[in-house]
Amino acid sequence: MIARIFATAITEAHIARRNRWVLIAVGLMVVFSLVLSAVGSAPSGGLGADRLSVTVASLTSLSVYLVPLVALLMSFDAVAGEVERGTLPLLLTYPVARWEILAGKLVAHTGILLVALVAGYGAAALIAVAGDPAAAAGFAALWRLTWASTLLGATFLGIGYALSSLARRASGAAGLAIGLWLGLVVLYDLALLAAVVADDGGIFTTRFFPAALLANPADAFRLFNLTASQATAAASGIGAAGATIALWKSLVSVLVWPLIALGFATLTFRKVEP
Amino acid sequence: MTSTLTISHLTKAFGGVKALSDVSLDVAAGERVALLGHNGAGKSTLMKVILGLIAADSGEISVCGSAPGDAAARARVAYLPENATFHSALTGLEQITYYLRLRGEDTSGAMTLLDKVGLGHAANRRIGTYSKGMRQRVGLAQTLIGRPDLLILDEPTSGLDPVSRRDFYQLLDGLAAEGAAILLSSHALTEVEARTDRLLILSGGKMVATGSLTDLRREAALPVAMHITAINGYDADVLSVLPDAIRVGSALHLTCTQEEKLGTLALVAGLKEKVADIDVIPPSLEDIYSHFSRRDGQ
Repeated sequence: MIARIFATAITEAHIARRNRWVLIAVGLMVVFSLVLSAVGSAPSGGLGADRLSVTVASLTSLSVYLVPLVALLMSFDAVAGEVERGTLPLLLTYPVARWEILAGKLVAHTGILLVALVAGYGAAALIAVAGDPAAAAGFAALWRLTWASTLLGATFLGIGYALSSLARRASGAAGLAIGLWLGLVVLYDLALLAAVVADDGGIFTTRFFPAALLANPADAFRLFNLTASQATAAASGIGAAGATIALWKSLVSVLVWPLIALGFATLTFRKVEP
Repeated sequence: MTSTLTISHLTKAFGGVKALSDVSLDVAAGERVALLGHNGAGKSTLMKVILGLIAADSGEISVCGSAPGDAAARARVAYLPENATFHSALTGLEQITYYLRLRGEDTSGAMTLLDKVGLGHAANRRIGTYSKGMRQRVGLAQTLIGRPDLLILDEPTSGLDPVSRRDFYQLLDGLAAEGAAILLSSHALTEVEARTDRLLILSGGKMVATGSLTDLRREAALPVAMHITAINGYDADVLSVLPDAIRVGSALHLTCTQEEKLGTLALVAGLKEKVADIDVIPPSLEDIYSHFSRRDGQ
């Protein structure tokens, strides 16, 4: 079982390396992290926080957008591409379970994402530590951001595999993936903000708004990191609005979402008839 | 001899259209069986049902003693899809290594397999740069992994040049001699005729004929053609004895049933001093194939 999962993981890693996905993911993370840490260094004096903690708060806001995007871009082709190329029927005649195939892809894609995260966050952390000797205090927050980002990535990889199985055509899966990213990461927050403003402290704001934040993996991720590092002051918008939600709730959401997404992916892949 | 593959009364429909109806067949260990039929006759569907890729509506199927698609069955069956395709970013060596790992085989055998199908020189090139014939040979190489008991080959020689075809059938002969059962589909009737033990003809989802070529030739009872060349000036004499013959160029063409064949030959033998040459042409495999696949209202 483990051997078969790693067989697929090695093959997927070869493909990602050849298709420049490793390079693109690392490049994106490093460039955006460096830009953010350069821009985000200005207000640190006024907040009384060490420079790395401020960088982590900025990286959290960046990762909410970038990690789901990179994960969806790597995963939308996973099943639909195999169906379109005609490679799936042969693969499914091998003594390998469908969930093992997905697990192999997940191992490879998560590994690539992790390399990109370490490169991007590492570069930003180096700059922060170099500019502020007290920045070492922020390492706990950076570590937390790294594993939470990996889980966020796994969630969106799972969603990507599920969309890929549902669409069965790579172009359709790509469209669904971009639409979902736009919906969950951008429009969801805008809609919530608009509703909160319109509600003006009513039942929606006190009852439904916290649940709505926890139900969205991207919002739960941001909430968890900002609450845990008590950096909500450095954030704005939705992050600040959710400051009243208990830490354990967002932690549960961050931990459970990858399981839901990957379970859903396995179910949809099982229904694909080659 | 025990059958490696047994199918009885298999039926499969897609949205009300019957792709396979009441198909029964068996393939014994060491037997090479060819599956013939028009495009859309149900060959690929039959193969996918045997592989467990699609479920049958009704009927019994036993693959190496297991249900189709079971882990036990998949471990013992090799498949070559029609137009084998692979990820273009992988090299031939990486692709074969992947398949070896999935079957739990030693990956050091990858180069040997590629050499066996004549791809050793291209092992480290991406499959995206391969020709169709080379991709087909990657497909063949993966069917040789781990001594399968049953090989399901969907048009295995399409895209191969004549020399590669001959090498391919030699590989098959070796596998069959070691006890593998082989079911292959093909449109190249003449090579199937020489290289398989038995033919199955599917038409419109029904099994319309099964048996060796000799069996099918007898069953079809197609007429035998004779081309007689008379010695100069004796055409009329020959025609008077064989009034059904037609003059085509310098030869006389005649057809007769299998039963009349010897009698007709005796008549020609009686004209020995007037006949320069005679060719007896039995019905070709194409004729027999068309006979069976058209009989079903096509």
